[in-house]
Amino acid sequence: MPRHKYLRRHGLMEGLLVLSNGRIFKGRLRGARQEAAGEVIFNTSLTGYQEILTDPSYAGQIVTMTYPHIGNYGSNNEDPESRKLFVGGFIVKELSRVTSNWRSTESLEDYLVRNDITVLEGLDTRALVIALRDEGSLPGLIAPAEGADLEALRSKAAQLPRMEGRNLAQDVSIDKAYLWDKGGKNGSRSGGETSARGLFKVVAYDFGIKHNILRSLVDKGAQVEVVPFDTSAREVLDRNPDGVFLSNGPGDPEPVSQAIESVRELLGKVPLFGICLGHQILGLALGGKSYKLKFGHHGANHPVKDLATGKIEITSQNHGFALREESLPAGVRVTHRSLNDNTVEGMESLEHPAFSVQYHPEAAPGPHDSQYLFDRFVKMMEAHRAQKD
Amino acid sequence: MPKREDIKTILIIGSGPIVIGQACEFDYSGTQACRALKEEGYRVVLVNSNPATIMTDPDLVDATYIEPMTAESLEAVIKREKPNAVLPTMGGQTALNLALELHDSGVLERYGVEMIGANVTAIRKAEDRELFRQAMNRLNIRMPRSSIAKSLADAERIAGDVGLPTIIRPSFTLGGTGGGVANTMEELRDIVRLALAASPIHEILVEESALGWKEYELEVMRDCKDNVVIICSIENLDPMGLHTGDSITVAPAQTLTDREYQHLRDLSIEVIREIGVDTGGSNIQFAVNPKNGDVIIIEMNPRVSRSSALASKATGFPIAKIAAKLAVGYTLDELPNDITRKTPASFEPSIDYVVTKIPRFTFEKFPQSDNHLSTQMKSVGEVMAIGRVFKESLQKALRSMETGLTGLNGFQGGDAPLAHDEEWLMDKVARATPERLRYLAEAMRQGWPDERLHELSAIDPWFLGQIRDLVEEERRIEGKKLEELDAAELKHWKGWGFSDARLAQLMGVREHQVSARRYELGVRPVFKKVDTCAAEFEASTPYFYSTYEEENESQSSTRKKALILGSGPNRIGQGIEFDYCCVHASLALREEGWESIMVNCNPETVSTDYDISDRLYFEPITFEDVMEIIRLEKPDGVIIQLGGQTPLKLAKSLERAGVPVLGTPYDSIDRTEDRERFAALVDKLGLNQPANAMATSLEQAREKAARLGYPVMVRPSYVLGGRAMVVVESEDQLEGFFNEAVKASPEHPVLIDKFLKGAIELDVDVLADGSQALVAGMMEHIELAGVHSGDSACSLPPFSLPEDILEEVGRQAIALALETRVVGLMNAQFAVQEKKVYLIEVNPRASRTVPFVSKAVGTPLAKEATRLMIGHPLDPGRINTKPLVPYAVKETVFPFAKFPGSDLTLGPEMKSTGEVMGRGASFHEAFLKSQIAASNGLRGVGGVFMGVIDEDKSAMVPLARSLIGLGYSILATPGTRRALLQNGLQDVTEVSLNPGHENNLYRLMAAESVALVINTTLPHKRTIDPGHFRRLVLTYGIAYCTTIQAARALVQALEAMGRERKFTYSSLKGYAGEGAGQEEVQAVRVAPDGEQLI
Repeated sequence: MPRHKYLRRHGLMEGLLVLSNGRIFKGRLRGARQEAAGEVIFNTSLTGYQEILTDPSYAGQIVTMTYPHIGNYGSNNEDPESRKLFVGGFIVKELSRVTSNWRSTESLEDYLVRNDITVLEGLDTRALVIALRDEGSLPGLIAPAEGADLEALRSKAAQLPRMEGRNLAQDVSIDKAYLWDKGGKNGSRSGGETSARGLFKVVAYDFGIKHNILRSLVDKGAQVEVVPFDTSAREVLDRNPDGVFLSNGPGDPEPVSQAIESVRELLGKVPLFGICLGHQILGLALGGKSYKLKFGHHGANHPVKDLATGKIEITSQNHGFALREESLPAGVRVTHRSLNDNTVEGMESLEHPAFSVQYHPEAAPGPHDSQYLFDRFVKMMEAHRAQKD
Repeated sequence: MPKREDIKTILIIGSGPIVIGQACEFDYSGTQACRALKEEGYRVVLVNSNPATIMTDPDLVDATYIEPMTAESLEAVIKREKPNAVLPTMGGQTALNLALELHDSGVLERYGVEMIGANVTAIRKAEDRELFRQAMNRLNIRMPRSSIAKSLADAERIAGDVGLPTIIRPSFTLGGTGGGVANTMEELRDIVRLALAASPIHEILVEESALGWKEYELEVMRDCKDNVVIICSIENLDPMGLHTGDSITVAPAQTLTDREYQHLRDLSIEVIREIGVDTGGSNIQFAVNPKNGDVIIIEMNPRVSRSSALASKATGFPIAKIAAKLAVGYTLDELPNDITRKTPASFEPSIDYVVTKIPRFTFEKFPQSDNHLSTQMKSVGEVMAIGRVFKESLQKALRSMETGLTGLNGFQGGDAPLAHDEEWLMDKVARATPERLRYLAEAMRQGWPDERLHELSAIDPWFLGQIRDLVEEERRIEGKKLEELDAAELKHWKGWGFSDARLAQLMGVREHQVSARRYELGVRPVFKKVDTCAAEFEASTPYFYSTYEEENESQSSTRKKALILGSGPNRIGQGIEFDYCCVHASLALREEGWESIMVNCNPETVSTDYDISDRLYFEPITFEDVMEIIRLEKPDGVIIQLGGQTPLKLAKSLERAGVPVLGTPYDSIDRTEDRERFAALVDKLGLNQPANAMATSLEQAREKAARLGYPVMVRPSYVLGGRAMVVVESEDQLEGFFNEAVKASPEHPVLIDKFLKGAIELDVDVLADGSQALVAGMMEHIELAGVHSGDSACSLPPFSLPEDILEEVGRQAIALALETRVVGLMNAQFAVQEKKVYLIEVNPRASRTVPFVSKAVGTPLAKEATRLMIGHPLDPGRINTKPLVPYAVKETVFPFAKFPGSDLTLGPEMKSTGEVMGRGASFHEAFLKSQIAASNGLRGVGGVFMGVIDEDKSAMVPLARSLIGLGYSILATPGTRRALLQNGLQDVTEVSLNPGHENNLYRLMAAESVALVINTTLPHKRTIDPGHFRRLVLTYGIAYCTTIQAARALVQALEAMGRERKFTYSSLKGYAGEGAGQEEVQAVRVAPDGEQLI
């Protein structure tokens, strides 16, 4: 009997979330029902749990969904954002018993069991969110309640590593470069997959890249080669790309020093576009500093202002770190700002063809307001190519 | 962009009387808009004919015109007030249509008034089906296949193309009036005829049906810099096929992946841009094919709507307020999110709870109309409930309805599935009715699988699974004994929204036993905040809902405070008037330094706006739910006399639980409600009551009615709005009506009163502090006794009764108030027959006339009443009771058009949904204005049809004479004609309902040759078929009178006002007295003592 079926017959299993500050929340274990650890964060997206589960940027984190009903539309083969599920654990108010959607191929619980993700369900998730909001994201662990030694769990939770200083990009990146040529980004009106037209050659650093970024690049005419996080600048330039893309990814940007170094070398030689961790890495390469936000930005409703046009974009965001504005050197201009907390959401180099955003223009999940940024990258590559010729 | 400085004065158009499809949500939106624009320093002018609104409160804006919602009166206001801009998006379809009319007739241009919030092109593109279709074609967004028909032949041809079933939608009507779903060509023909007539431009859309598809709504906002945000997504539990206003809806959408949701979001943004709504909110409806995700767009409303009100309450985002500010030039990022204060309005709310809305119907008022739901909206109100999970919100919504439900209750007797075959239940599941959800549960109890239920109903399996979970849990609960319960289990049930009352029913015990056990086990609710952001940011606005979890977020204060119990869902007999009173209570408390705490479950209202009260609990108004709030808040008192019957029903239990009731003590309520105690009270004061008796059996009823002498009035006790109340003329009619009365209130005896034929009725509202009382307003009804007071037109001051009678009525009312120790408001109804005064009814609470009186005399009675309730003595110096205008007339509006088969005659059972106020220098002017405002003004000159019962015939003679003098021709039935000719009239044309007759009435009506119908009929002849000429009166929009008194008032008014009908239009604060020219009106202020200050 497959393990998940066995588990399901097993009935309910009480579970605990133990935060590093000692606070305990009680719920039920679902999914893989194992002990799970990570930095506990919350995400306010109402939809898109499958994209979230498969977003490598959540590596090392236990994601709490603020929306209470999760799993209503099951899971499918089209919505994953990477090769596997990266979250460390999943916390929901209610995991749906019924799956209802024409694209669904598997219930969310079966999907989570099959992918070894533990779920804690039935706790006061709002109380947890308020705790995280007030105290900041905290490491925590999910454990079975039966026979639990609370004190032992508390001390174990207290010793869990914090996000600061962890190079998680190296954990989620790839070993070998590969070509990506599938377009038809999630959410495009035309739908369906398209293939690369090969108008541009883009090298994409994989710090935990989401597939919809790759699809978006292909849709703009790029042929993409995805390379490991530690690929050197020389190796990148040898591929003679029209542009280099710096991907999203988990954890703290500072320890990803090889990449920061490579980007510093690439600056001015080739157009650069960064998203999320890629944005932070670009910022560090340009001489800025990063810092950890209290509880980060994780959701699909974040207002960002494009400072050049004054227009507002509703953006998909997922980051625990940010660039410190005052640390950015003179040659860098802040282009986008969060309207919630005024943090830097986008920047560009005034000296080199390089720009980046902290949020996720590729959405998945989230609004499609910011897709113009991929066009901006294309323009930059065109200009660079024209200059080269 | 900062706000526009080139605009100084803004005209806001309200939505007029409450009708089905356009209810108090527009008072909510309009009030927000008024306040928002005032806050920005604009001079705001408002026109709304509905006095029962907060928006028409005199202090809210600079100039308030309670005048008919017609182009004529709006032009007069524009001429006087010279607004620079008009905001037409706050008053529903009425305001949009009026704004278009003013644009088309050149009025806006002539007076230099700019339309803000929506432009003419955008309104037309959204409202005109063909232009909308073209716009959607440009965007490559699929719509149901359809074509415009302008005739029956067109419609038949199109239906042949798109196939049956076919949806018929008239253009430019609200709430889908006149539309429907045709399953056969016969049905199609019937619906098309009515629909063509219902459309003001005689145009309908014949459309492919997407029956069974999933229905979604998105609330979109856009600012002048083209920033667009989605405030809320709403999923209809009921699939396509019925009006969204009649559907159970859930926020946010439950069964869409992010990919599909973002697709709808993208489409919404494209649509609002293409249609060209530059600033403000829109509601866009989509249907999604559950088999493959195909999307079609259904419609778009380029204005705030019922759904936007729901979305505002569901998320905490004040759509109307923000829309008003966007209209004057702000951008979304310049406006703060009121709830968080620190973040801007340019975001998309995230919520961490589930919201369920259930519509409330009143089919029992229109027994001739069947209760199947379709594309024409029929619900008269709605409730909303918030729960952390869907099951909780659903069960809270069910018990908020006040229809006797405690949850997914089953059916008894003839309504139970067991009394019928399987096919019967299949029909109950397949076809939408107000009870479908409960029949789904019944089918599950009978073991029907979800697949079958889905096939029959097309309801999404996710929702079916939720209902099944509840049904299965109920079965587990049934097997439990109170003493076996443990805290975890009980908390689990409570978390799924099971009320103590429901648990008690299932376990076969009493509610208080469950509550006691629950307290013993320490299972208590916590209160969570509605904060727009799923707790991401700290919220400063105390807007709460209950749930059963760990952390409570509602911290009660130590201030002096009072809890106000609201009036729940709107229904016929209890509507916006009571919400108006509750809002005033809150304002009064805050002015007096008390903390005001509002409890209500109606999302359409002003009372559930988050900044009306210091604290808002969006909760069902049941004993259990209210007590939990009281235990947390520990208020100094509870106000129960302003929310109508809803809170009053709780009075006894609250009293028993030791809750201090503010104002009139419970004992007084009991004294007026308990029949024997009431009789004693009447005796003690030496008042007259119509002779009366009580009966518990038909035998008894027969005997007692005979003793009283026919006609008698038969009515159930403890009901609202004259439910099942009738005048019985003779014994052979008694049985049927008696049984109806028993059905309406089975536990109580039926009341039989001697009917006071021909009596004139008076409504009196009294303010009292326990030792002093004063008459705040006295209204004389136009219709005689026998027509429910809520349906009767009335005049303040009385227009026909002599002064000594009025004084006597006032004296009696005051004596009643003092004797019953009323503190606050009391309403009494009297009847005057042959100069003798009879007391009909006393209610020691605010009545539905309170807002009307308040507007007529310029004193906010509910506010004053609240002051009295918290201990201030009555100070007559504060209270003006002299009318601000010489006459104010209230007229009612009816939903007959929405209920095919219902007759439009009046009786003791209330049927009106709303009211308008006509104000004038004379009774005639006020009355005629009220008729025009109620859409019962005569269109042009033509024939007046008269067909009256024998006893009314002689009264027709002077009316006919006057009408002829005014240039009308008289058409009459043979009998009425004979009576007219016998009395010396000439030139009366005989008309007949007989199709072969040369003057067939139907034909004349269709040819627009009939300007007015005067038709009286005997009560027992009032069951009619949908094709009856009285129904067609509605279809063709012909003015009508069904009582002789209304006809007389109307004809006299027409005569008095002459053909030019020169009306004076005046704002509440600036009535221009008689003789003041219409052109150069000087504001003549009326001082509190009524003296004119020139």
